[in-house]
Amino acid sequence: MSLKTAKAANPSRFHTSARAMWQSSLWLLLATLICMPFFDHELTHTDPAHELKAMAWGLLHANFFIEGIIEALLNTLAFALQAVFASSLIGLALAQIYHWPGLRQLMAFLRSIHELFWALILLQLFGLSPLTGVLALAIPYSATFARVFAEILQETPKQVYRQLPGTHINRFIYSTLPLAWPRLATYTRYRLECALRASVVLGFIGLPTLGFQLEGYLKLGRYSEVAALILVFIALVLSMRWWSLRPILVPLFLASLVLFPPTLTEDSHWQPQRLTQFFHDIVPAPLKLDGAQQNWTALYHWFEPLWHTQILPGIGHTLVLGQIALALAAFLALLWFPLISKHCVNTPWLRYPGDLFLVILRCLPELLLAFIGLIILGPSLLPGVLAIGLHNGALLAHLLGRHSNEFTLRNDINQGAGAYFFEVLPRIYGQFLAFTLYRGETILRETAILGILGIPTLGFFIDSAFEEFRLDRAVMLILVSAAINIIAESLATRLRHYLHRAQAHSTNV
Amino acid sequence: MFKLSKLDLTYGDKNVLSDISLSIQPGEVVALVGESGCGKSTLMAHLRSLKPKQVAWCPQQNGLVPALSVFHNIYAGTLDTHNTLYNLRTLVWPSVAELNKVAKIADKLALSKQLKISVDQLSGGQQQRVNIARAMIQSRPVFLGDEPVSALDEYQGPSIMRTIIAEHETCVFALHDLDLALSCCRRIIGIGNHNGIGRILFDTNAEDIRDQQLAQIYHHHPAPGHTKEHA
Repeated sequence: MSLKTAKAANPSRFHTSARAMWQSSLWLLLATLICMPFFDHELTHTDPAHELKAMAWGLLHANFFIEGIIEALLNTLAFALQAVFASSLIGLALAQIYHWPGLRQLMAFLRSIHELFWALILLQLFGLSPLTGVLALAIPYSATFARVFAEILQETPKQVYRQLPGTHINRFIYSTLPLAWPRLATYTRYRLECALRASVVLGFIGLPTLGFQLEGYLKLGRYSEVAALILVFIALVLSMRWWSLRPILVPLFLASLVLFPPTLTEDSHWQPQRLTQFFHDIVPAPLKLDGAQQNWTALYHWFEPLWHTQILPGIGHTLVLGQIALALAAFLALLWFPLISKHCVNTPWLRYPGDLFLVILRCLPELLLAFIGLIILGPSLLPGVLAIGLHNGALLAHLLGRHSNEFTLRNDINQGAGAYFFEVLPRIYGQFLAFTLYRGETILRETAILGILGIPTLGFFIDSAFEEFRLDRAVMLILVSAAINIIAESLATRLRHYLHRAQAHSTNV
Repeated sequence: MFKLSKLDLTYGDKNVLSDISLSIQPGEVVALVGESGCGKSTLMAHLRSLKPKQVAWCPQQNGLVPALSVFHNIYAGTLDTHNTLYNLRTLVWPSVAELNKVAKIADKLALSKQLKISVDQLSGGQQQRVNIARAMIQSRPVFLGDEPVSALDEYQGPSIMRTIIAEHETCVFALHDLDLALSCCRRIIGIGNHNGIGRILFDTNAEDIRDQQLAQIYHHHPAPGHTKEHA
């Protein structure tokens, strides 16, 4: 039955373009509800107030005189700058050839492995050296830049390009590149901020960035030092508006190359045999036995307990926690975005506290928030969900608030809850779903990482496998997590296209 | 130079022109006249495709990059004559020789003062002159211009047209301004809608043109006196 005849046959039902939007929302809600019974949020720590008081005291008495803090700060900055510089150039080059068969899939695969997992792999090869840190960030970021840059370049008008003479490169740098430059630069700046956060997180596995100090002092309960480190990092991210996207960025980058070169240290003992040894180690154990014993049943016996004790529970916990964290983030986004929306808070300076609150929350890496949550609430599944939910909720609220400030409403509408539900929310809901779906894939990746802290997602089993030097298990589990991320990214993209088409179609009716 | 014989031309999947036969020799200055939408641009694009390396192409839409300066937009016409490294260097730090070369062309089109200003700060007429300069700097024997001076006033328009004609051996213009065509060009080809599709309605020298011919392409009588005093 076509839409017209359906309308004629049943005039009492609503036929709106919002249908696709709230249907998708209901599906997301249903998925969350299905996950709830598996979510064990029982708290084991009986006295969170004690830790909270200690942390508050530490915040008020922050101690900045930490040995090595400057070097850790500069290392954090150096890793991020060098990784983003290299990966943005590689990404721009790859974007030119993005139509090659198989390249898109290869990029999706490289992207789907989290930076921390790349670091764990590279640690086996290069040890705790700056090269490990920079490569761990640069490899997935190159793939991300390639995809985003390819999309931006595709959307840039090609009229000038078609008219100019010469080879592709010449025409490109005189037409498409200057036309697309603002969008490319904005995205690179955003990636640089993400790189700073990822750089801190790399410290949690031993690399010499701020995260290393943070983890150490958190474990010791020295909250004054922890507060100082957090404040220093927030200051670094906030200061970005003065040195990112300005000419000073290039000398800053060159200085970092000279002072903190991405090379191997003396103790990494690099030999080319390491590489061959590595590729030998990651082959599953049963396949390395001599020909007579090498058969499928041995492989099955190796794989089967792995599947039941690690892979399935790992996937299950990752999906459940990821889904609940996504729902929490979406809910918080809708709750918090009025703080910075000019339609809900009329006077400009009253929006600053809300803005600052959101900035701080989205500044701090999720892993750090989860660590703090585990200290306060004790070992359970809740702190991880809260950490990811709060961080991404703040990010989504910021994006949503900025989007809502782009349109103006008539000045005869009523204020308060009426305005929120009838004027603002319907206008931003489509974009809200798009942002949430886009963020959902990242949330799933971060949930897997939480395993480093002991929460039983895939990261936990990956970390244990590396600690036991069972590289074949580790790589197998990393491939599993990559597969999940690829599937999630593909689903999210399809859902976004469906919503986009549904909205576009409705305006033609 | 160009020879078409009973050609049918399409734009997308629409049949725009039918039974086109014409021949243009080197040294001619030709104007294609007709109402907007009759198919002049399609014919011009086809002519360009016949000899792409010898044609200096000046299309109707200014393909300029708003963020880049007038110098860079003009220089971009010569990208195929230098290697990539030189082009990259010119983008970032142009040499004095290159600046002088572009300045000479800009001078002919009254753009010398705007050489280092970005194109998005210019008026429509100035932008159109940058478009012409980019075609002129290529120093090719044929100039194909689709409404090249439509944004210029009645003094600057003919003046720029004469500059273009002086610099190129052969010129073909698509114009809807009849006075301009008759004053600057020696040969007029009229294109109009005949039985629902575009055709060549007449092909004469400018001094031999008749009122009846002009009336064919514009569905009103032109003002009297068009045909007599143009030498």
